[in-house]
Amino acid sequence: MLSRVANSIYWLNRYVERAENVARFIDANYHMTLDIPDSDDADQWQPLINTTGDHELFKKLYGVANRENAIEFLAFDRNNPNSIYSCVRAARENGRSVREYISSEMWEQLNTFYLMINTAAKEVSMDLPHQFFVDIMNASHAFIGITDSTMNHGEGWHFGRMGRMLERADKTTRLLDVKYFILLPSVDYVGSAYDNILWGALLRSASAFEMYRKRHGRIDPKKIVDFLLLDANFPRAVHHCIVTAMISMNNITGSPRGTYANKAEQSLGRLLSEFNFASLEDIFKHGLHEYLDNTQTRINTVGAEIHEVFFSPKLVESPKAVKTIVE
Amino acid sequence: MRFDGYDTEGFYDELFDAQGNPHPGADLLIKRINGLPESELQRRQKAAERALLNLGITFNVYGNESQSEKIFPFDIVPRIVQAKEWEEMERGLKQRITALNCFIDDVYNEQKILKDGIIPADLVLSADGFRKPCIGLKPPGGIWCHITGTDLVRAGDGKYYVLEDNLRCPSGVSYVLENRLLMKRTFPMVFDACSVQPVTDYPSRLLEMLQGLAPAGVRAPVVAVWTPGIYNSAYFEHSFLAQQMGVPLVEGGDLTVHQGEVMMRTTKGLERVDVIYRRIDDDFIDPKAFRADSMLGVPGLMKAYSKGKVALANAPGTGVADDKAVYAYVPEIIRYYLDEEPILNNVPTYACWREDDCKYVLENLDKLVVKAVNESGGYGMLVGPHSTKEEQAEFAKRIKASPRTYIAQPTLALSRVPVLMDDHFEGRHVDLRPYILYGKEGIYVLPGGLTRVALKKGSLVVNSSQGGGSKDTWVLDAEGGASPESSMQSQNGEVL
Repeated sequence: MLSRVANSIYWLNRYVERAENVARFIDANYHMTLDIPDSDDADQWQPLINTTGDHELFKKLYGVANRENAIEFLAFDRNNPNSIYSCVRAARENGRSVREYISSEMWEQLNTFYLMINTAAKEVSMDLPHQFFVDIMNASHAFIGITDSTMNHGEGWHFGRMGRMLERADKTTRLLDVKYFILLPSVDYVGSAYDNILWGALLRSASAFEMYRKRHGRIDPKKIVDFLLLDANFPRAVHHCIVTAMISMNNITGSPRGTYANKAEQSLGRLLSEFNFASLEDIFKHGLHEYLDNTQTRINTVGAEIHEVFFSPKLVESPKAVKTIVE
Repeated sequence: MRFDGYDTEGFYDELFDAQGNPHPGADLLIKRINGLPESELQRRQKAAERALLNLGITFNVYGNESQSEKIFPFDIVPRIVQAKEWEEMERGLKQRITALNCFIDDVYNEQKILKDGIIPADLVLSADGFRKPCIGLKPPGGIWCHITGTDLVRAGDGKYYVLEDNLRCPSGVSYVLENRLLMKRTFPMVFDACSVQPVTDYPSRLLEMLQGLAPAGVRAPVVAVWTPGIYNSAYFEHSFLAQQMGVPLVEGGDLTVHQGEVMMRTTKGLERVDVIYRRIDDDFIDPKAFRADSMLGVPGLMKAYSKGKVALANAPGTGVADDKAVYAYVPEIIRYYLDEEPILNNVPTYACWREDDCKYVLENLDKLVVKAVNESGGYGMLVGPHSTKEEQAEFAKRIKASPRTYIAQPTLALSRVPVLMDDHFEGRHVDLRPYILYGKEGIYVLPGGLTRVALKKGSLVVNSSQGGGSKDTWVLDAEGGASPESSMQSQNGEVL
């Protein structure tokens, strides 16, 4: 397939996933603040901004965080390239440039998704944003479902899924990183009702609350980390995302499992084997923050290498591809 | 809603005769619409508009940054063309395209028509669409204009006139196909009963025609549609046609010339392209051959083309034949190459480079339509009867300064169609753009084409960039009987 088309499909999936994650973050945080009496706005909303990694831009545009400006910045601000609005817009622009390649149903879903945000950006009342965020998550889920059931599960589909999985893995590590260190030192809360509420909110940001309960039962910070990082079956766990990304990568390159054909595949494979054999004890011994930080860096490296290998190929043709055509 | 109060106001109307009775073939449609419950038609119109927006069937307007996307306004009442009228139009179009293709081939090769003095040579060689690098080119099968969208109008006398031959990259066919889809959902029963000729196989015919252009010896030709990119006003159409044909949509950056062949950059290396349906002007396809500052082009493409390594549709250089100055000579061109009388009328045209014509034009600016020969899309145009004294003075100045670049035509009383306006129907002026494919197997004319409507009351400018809309065009079948497309059921099961 065309490199440009692969690039657009990869990014449109990343953007839809990013929009969904930002919606999750805001929604969970919003509800958490309602549960905590007398909480200071900045204490509750600044960490959320930090999660997205855009705190410097936020400071420049708004200064001190409060509920209104945090939601405005994260959901609607056109100056924030990672706001929900900007992400859905970018996803749609990417979709528009590959409309002939994706299915009409996928395009229609992206387009109505964008039209919905565009209307909401003018109309959403801050008193009742919950339904709005639910709508965004649903639109994203619908897009994934439509993609899976209307598009060939060929090369383009695998590029899309790989993009989505890398984006999701990245967001889950960020969520854990910021929330864990905010929640952990609140000794006052340990064992209190608030403790459960706060950890519950963290799980809810990842839609993980119910699945966690089924798997581990009691709220326990370490088990939460274990679940969100290392669980192989929970669809938003980092481990699961990397396993799935690897399967797509192997499908794209045609490499047998456990081997690699290029730099990107090699880096992703290394990351996967570390997750395959990781244990919680080692992670905490090494330091959770360092571990998460390192994981994010390595996901970024994989992303950069995917660009280099697939999206901006050198002019030197791969001899195999040309030969088959000339025959 | 009923047509009871509808007034043709003395214009030729496509649905009603001068007495207000439906034309033969239109009566069924009129009866059905008259029988609809109150506000049902508006509801269907709204549903159709909503569908267009959700499908993203939109176009961009140049110079309108804030609101870059609009749906192309769509009117729900179809235009009906009688089978007999259509037969004649089809023959006329085939004749015209055949002759124009001969003309293009001649101009870039032997130039017999110029040597015989049928058209002034300097007029042709100075035409905006004349491309020097095309001299001596021999496109596959001698065919230059593979895809044409000829603009026709019907005047007060009930006759069709050719307004323009769009031989470069005519757009709009995607709207024809989408309009038809919407209409079949909206009026399934009438559609069924009227036996309308099908248009839905256009993409298949286009693909076959393009595949037929592939260089000799290529067994499974790779066809691609080349778009300038998502900011082009016709991007939707480029993408739509690529999708419907199941071929890649490429941009300039996806293409490169490698060892004399045109290649696409793919995730697995370079892959050869055999046929390119290019939706990008001559000037921008190859900076080495045409405009050196083109950022969209592929250096070396023309060399590969002239060596027969890749086919281009349309061939570069076809613009010479849709120059508005050359237009005035098309009847002569038909007689010269085919030794036949033209079947379709040309609009009488005053060429300002002829002294007598120029004098007449300057004296009658308030009655004529003046057109700059190098402009399209309704720009650079003076509609005399609708213009102010200042505008006329401005055009007089321009014509005197550069007579070669202006033609003028009498203002035609363009035919009208009923258009839904809130709660009643009003007459609006229309034109018609049928699409013609010219391949090795012969010439195919898509039955129908794009009916463009000037939605502003009294306006004669139908261009989408200037407030025009469109409606479906139903060419009735001569035999009668069920339409081949009619098996489509309305999606929500509603029947009319």
